[in-house]
Amino acid sequence: MANVNAGHHDHHPDQEELRTFAFWIYLMTDVILFATLFATYIVLQGSTDGGPGPKDLFQMNGIYASTFILLTSSFTSGLAILAMNKGNRLALMNWLGVTVFLGASFLFLEINEFMHLVSEGATISTSAFWTAFYTLVGTHGLHVALGLGWMIILIMQIAKRGITPVTKRKVNIISLFWHFLDVVWIFVFTIVYVMGVN
Amino acid sequence: MWESVKEFASEFFVTGDPLIYGADVSIVLSMIAIVSVLTYFKKWGWLWREWLTTVDHKKIGIMYILASVLMLFRGGVDALLMRAQLAMPEMQFLSGDHYNQIFTTHGVIMILFMAMPLMFGLFNVIVPLQLGARDVAFPFLNALSFWLFFSGAMLFNLSFVIGGSPDAGWLAYPPYSELAFNPGPGQDFYIWGIQISGIGSLMTGINFIVTILKVRAPGMTLMKMPMFSWSVLSSCIAIVFAFPILTVTLALLFIDRYLGGHFFTLDGGGNPMMYINLIWMWGHPEVYIIVLPAFGIFSEIVATFSRKKLFGYKSMVFAMIIISVLSFLVWAHHFFTMGSGADVNAFFAVTTMLIAIPTGVKVFNWLFTMFRGKITFETPMLWTVGIIPNFVIGGMTGVLLSVAPADFQYHNSYFLVAHFHQVIIAGVVFGFFAGLYYWWPKIFGFKLNERIGRWAFWLWNIGFYLCFMPQYALGLMGMTRRLYTYGWDKGWFEMNLVSTIGAVIMGAAFLVQIWDIAHSIKHMKRDTTGDPWNARTLEWSIPSPAPFYNFAVMPQVTSQDDWHERKLRIEQGLEKPAKVELEPIHMPKNSGIPIVMSMFWFFVGFGLIFDWLWMAVPGFIGVIGCMVVHSFNYDTDYYVTVEEIKRTEAEAGRVIT
Repeated sequence: MANVNAGHHDHHPDQEELRTFAFWIYLMTDVILFATLFATYIVLQGSTDGGPGPKDLFQMNGIYASTFILLTSSFTSGLAILAMNKGNRLALMNWLGVTVFLGASFLFLEINEFMHLVSEGATISTSAFWTAFYTLVGTHGLHVALGLGWMIILIMQIAKRGITPVTKRKVNIISLFWHFLDVVWIFVFTIVYVMGVN
Repeated sequence: MWESVKEFASEFFVTGDPLIYGADVSIVLSMIAIVSVLTYFKKWGWLWREWLTTVDHKKIGIMYILASVLMLFRGGVDALLMRAQLAMPEMQFLSGDHYNQIFTTHGVIMILFMAMPLMFGLFNVIVPLQLGARDVAFPFLNALSFWLFFSGAMLFNLSFVIGGSPDAGWLAYPPYSELAFNPGPGQDFYIWGIQISGIGSLMTGINFIVTILKVRAPGMTLMKMPMFSWSVLSSCIAIVFAFPILTVTLALLFIDRYLGGHFFTLDGGGNPMMYINLIWMWGHPEVYIIVLPAFGIFSEIVATFSRKKLFGYKSMVFAMIIISVLSFLVWAHHFFTMGSGADVNAFFAVTTMLIAIPTGVKVFNWLFTMFRGKITFETPMLWTVGIIPNFVIGGMTGVLLSVAPADFQYHNSYFLVAHFHQVIIAGVVFGFFAGLYYWWPKIFGFKLNERIGRWAFWLWNIGFYLCFMPQYALGLMGMTRRLYTYGWDKGWFEMNLVSTIGAVIMGAAFLVQIWDIAHSIKHMKRDTTGDPWNARTLEWSIPSPAPFYNFAVMPQVTSQDDWHERKLRIEQGLEKPAKVELEPIHMPKNSGIPIVMSMFWFFVGFGLIFDWLWMAVPGFIGVIGCMVVHSFNYDTDYYVTVEEIKRTEAEAGRVIT
């Protein structure tokens, strides 16, 4: 396509820049999505219907570990961007791989936590509180899982095509998404867990 | 074996109602007709290449408009059935259950599957042309939005003959929409039909915000942008803020029904009132989402047919932005009577009243644009002028309803029903009609017949006033909404009969419009000028219908109403038609992924409605698969050669040297 384009002043706006801009707007809609879920969680916080509440079942040690892992993965995704900007394809792929590994570990811990809670008798249909809890935390987990699949696909594309304007934009976008999930998790950590047990 | 098949079929298909058997037969017959016509004329390939896989915004817009007209028919039939049932006291035409299903589907279809796609259709066919752009920012996403809407709409409509229609009202208030009270699949059809098309709407919102903010012709600053595009921008901003709330709300209801959750149930600590707050946090902005583009359309038409610049351009822009912000601060006025307390009610009453101010500004701007203009009354202008008294009455009754103490009297009465129909039919639908008549020649290359168009206008308006003015009175006389029959002793008979007659006249008006279209396709002369109304904005500077690449040469904009100014300068000899040098045009390639992916979404929805994981899971895998395939596709565009541009322009009657 570059050879056709050569010598012409193309008025078509830069697609990669447009896509990044659109992704920011998409993130705004995701902010509203999570804000709505947080609102429902806060409304239903006390509605345990006589069943177990957060103080009875939350195990904070696992939460600290998964929080630490997720925050680290945000850092490693930043290192991936730095490697990309230096044009170092191998380091880019490696750092993305590390991020995937950390993200998967986070998900593993989360699934473990859910299984533990269910075994203690707190399922999604136990009470309104647990419905809101699983929905909010689970939606974040679903986003993480989506991000992992997406990152794996990106690693394959970088292996095939190297660092081009298109793959560069894609990596920038996934990194935005990843940082966003981190910010959401900080709210989950504070509002659900820290405020839940105190 | 045979017994179990019979048992399954009697649960799966809706049986026992002659109206529905009639619908079954007509659905099957029209399917057979469509398939045979396409096969006989060997049009399958053409259909796939030219329409089903297209990413051209103009064709997508036409498909939106076509679908919404079909939905207008379906929703209109629902309305006529209801009015037939209410025409006389103690009617036995529909059962109470059937009536509930009909008013539910009428509401959902008219707002979400008629007004929204008609609006998106107009966005699509016009906005890129007004901006001097070759396409929307993301043509692939645009096609995906359309097909998601289409899948959702089909899913929702299927509930009529398979499984049973939803019957909990157009906003599905719990606890009635919860599994305990509403176990059938109807409510799940509601959730998934709206959810799937809602995702499409959200993506359209993002797409058009980016298009309008980033893909305008060189020189077109925001304050030189045509008013319709401004209205689309403000509407899309509201979409982006409101639709995620709808997505969440429906998902929560689904979790309650499918996974046994307790968000809105009466037991387990659930809170039904939370649903009502959430759904109106989306639902109220939704009203402004559909009416703002109508305001944009009026602004374009008033300026064109008054031969004057739009009065108060900047105040129009600010009014629209203020409306889209305020629309998020008024939702509780939908339930003043539900015990929020005086302070909360007062806040929402005041914010609701405030909306009357920017709306009034707009009405006065249209009137001042007409003042001392050289007005001509072609059909688009006729609709616009007809809307002004309608909208003033509808707005006034809205202010009456916003007075919280008085609302305890009007709440859920026919007064309210009349009010919102006046705003939504006479504001939104008539506005979109005005837009359709106005832009029809740009879309299809010929005008609609004026005489038949006038008939349709008068029938619609007379029918409208006959139908809804009595309902204001009926509401004050104590008739409540959602009521399916009443006694002779109430004294509501005469007014209801008049109202039904009005509805029938509106039905006739719709048929006249269809006749107008059929007649015009056959008899109207092709428009060779590209500018049949002598209009002011960029879309009229190119041939009709627009070539697939829109602009052979990107326009350079210097002023507001640029096309009008350019015509004036050429007339006065200040500017000669510029000699241009053509360059290859960068265009997106067609793609089959949007329609395939939406079909998979359909399977996901249908599978979850009937709890068939064997269908939902493969459907979901298909959705993900389509995303992956698209992600790996780097070959998404091509260049149109200069020779092809010259040939296309020559065919449209323009010689470029």
